[in-house]
Amino acid sequence: MATSSVAIEVTGLSKTYDSLTAVQDLSLTVQTGEIFGLLGPNGAGKSTTLRILITTLKPTSGKATIFSHDVEAEADTVRQLIGYVPQERAIDRFLTGREHLLLLGDLYHLPKEEAVRRIQELLKLVDLEDHADRVAKTYSGGMKRKLDIACGLLPNPKVLFLDEPTLGLDVQSRLNVWDYVRRLRDQGMTIVMTTNYLDEADQLCDRIAIIDGGTIRATGSPKELKAGLGGDGVSLTLREGDPGVHEQLTEDIKGLPFVRSIRSRERGLDIRVDAPEKALPALFEATNRIGCHIESIEYHRPRLDDVFIHYTGRSMADASSSSDSESAG
Amino acid sequence: MQNQIQEVLALTNRWVKRLSREKFSMLFTLVQPMLFWLIFFGSLFQRAADVNVVQAPNYISFLAAGVVVMTVLNNGLAGGVDLLFDKENGFLERLMATPIRRSSVILSRFLFVMAITAMQILVILGVAFFFDVRPETGILGIAVILCIGMLFGVGLTAISMAMAFSVKSHGDFFSVLGFLSLPMIFLSSALVPLSAMPGWMQALAALNPMTWVIDAVRPLILIGWEAAIPQVMIALGVLVVFDALCLYGGAKAFRKTVG
Ligand SMILES: Nc1ncnc2c1ncn2[C@@H]1O[C@H](COP(=O)(O)OP(=O)(O)O)[C@@H](O)[C@H]1O
Ligand SMILES: [Mg+2]
Repeated sequence: MATSSVAIEVTGLSKTYDSLTAVQDLSLTVQTGEIFGLLGPNGAGKSTTLRILITTLKPTSGKATIFSHDVEAEADTVRQLIGYVPQERAIDRFLTGREHLLLLGDLYHLPKEEAVRRIQELLKLVDLEDHADRVAKTYSGGMKRKLDIACGLLPNPKVLFLDEPTLGLDVQSRLNVWDYVRRLRDQGMTIVMTTNYLDEADQLCDRIAIIDGGTIRATGSPKELKAGLGGDGVSLTLREGDPGVHEQLTEDIKGLPFVRSIRSRERGLDIRVDAPEKALPALFEATNRIGCHIESIEYHRPRLDDVFIHYTGRSMADASSSSDSESAG
Repeated sequence: MQNQIQEVLALTNRWVKRLSREKFSMLFTLVQPMLFWLIFFGSLFQRAADVNVVQAPNYISFLAAGVVVMTVLNNGLAGGVDLLFDKENGFLERLMATPIRRSSVILSRFLFVMAITAMQILVILGVAFFFDVRPETGILGIAVILCIGMLFGVGLTAISMAMAFSVKSHGDFFSVLGFLSLPMIFLSSALVPLSAMPGWMQALAALNPMTWVIDAVRPLILIGWEAAIPQVMIALGVLVVFDALCLYGGAKAFRKTVG
């Protein structure tokens, strides 16, 4: 890849609402042309972070720049560079899809012909051409989201911010959104999005930051983060319950280059491996050599949920279900 | 400058579109001022009101000024409602993430509310005309009534927007609204002249800017320039102070919300 340049730089960002600290000492860097995901449960501070970046919320402390323009001191310049797709369906029920876009065209001072041409393009891109002149209260959830995205794209932004772009969408609409986002990235746009879907972070984002309780717990590409856990998991269950056999086997395989860690269970071993295609034959060979019998073998790629658990101490599902009671307290 | 005009017009256009598509509220906007008249035209009031007390040929002509100013009050105090909804559903944030001048949203709202208010005042005066109430000061007097109405409306709309920006929920907004508007009406000279009120009420009504506004509009309709001019001057003075306070508060609340 060519030398990458920094699109967004956030250092030591904090935001306190009254007494509640929503974001604390958050730092991150987003590269130009990547899809960067903020992954975290409800109440983690994702929207707060995004709002600071789009200049609609002032940080309590810290600093953020977009293409080296400070979001506070040069808010107006920053606003020229960004597009925003809010988490709520911020749609005016009484306006048609086209009227939303025409309004924004005026607010961005696009020349009339250019606005009309762009609006037509965008309506086509998000497949709303046939519904462009109906008032938005007749739109389905998926159509509103498409309109939201078209609105975010109207200024042809260098950075597009999407807050939970697929929340509550059906599978097909979700895949469509992923598809637009990838296409935009491929055209060179920088994308920052939030999500609380593990699979979305995993499959769509080039890099993610795991955020929980207002702080970033880990940053990297989903692949790196998963590999950082120490490889894929292999669970061996042996027919022999003899601890001596376990010890012997552990001794034999722990020196192998692709074995990261070994944990003994009652009837077998949990092994983390780097390269399964090499590890599995070698493991078979080792068991054969000492003459023990494998009853079953289970192999799984590390999942992003494993990463989340590793860095936050809880699973994403637990974090989401407990956050309601937390924020109520 | 050119840019800001474009922004304000685009946003105002949105308010107009919204109103024209909200069938119910459209109807209400046009009919509301007339409703006042229908209610008060009820012969009950006509007979109950003593012509000597109200110092007017009949109660309808006395009431015209009060109805004009009550309409300004209603429109002004409700002027922030749409922004409240925009704030709650995220539309305001979408607007604020665009490079518009922060004041454009507010200005569009003022422009829209004032235009609607002016139209309603004209409707009321039209209905009054139909009941033989003709402003003694003529067309120019009507222009002065519109100006005074607008000046009062600006302050009220600013209060309403300030509330819209600072309340936590729209329930709060509507309770404060109800809490404000009734006493503003009853503790003013809208329905009865000050001289017919008990002393404590007179004192409170004198603190109500609405009283001064009505007392300027009423002679413009009922008596003529000579009686009206001093009252208009006083009202203008009161309104300058009132608007300054309201705009200051409104600007503060706005800045706190959108930076
Ligand atoms: N305007 C606000 N006033 C007070 N607290 C807020 C406000 N907005 C968000 N919070 C709180 O800040 C925390 C982070 O919220 P948010 O950034 O919306 O999280 P996320 O988008 O990750 O779900 C939550 O506890 C939330 O209740
Ligand atoms: Mg959020």
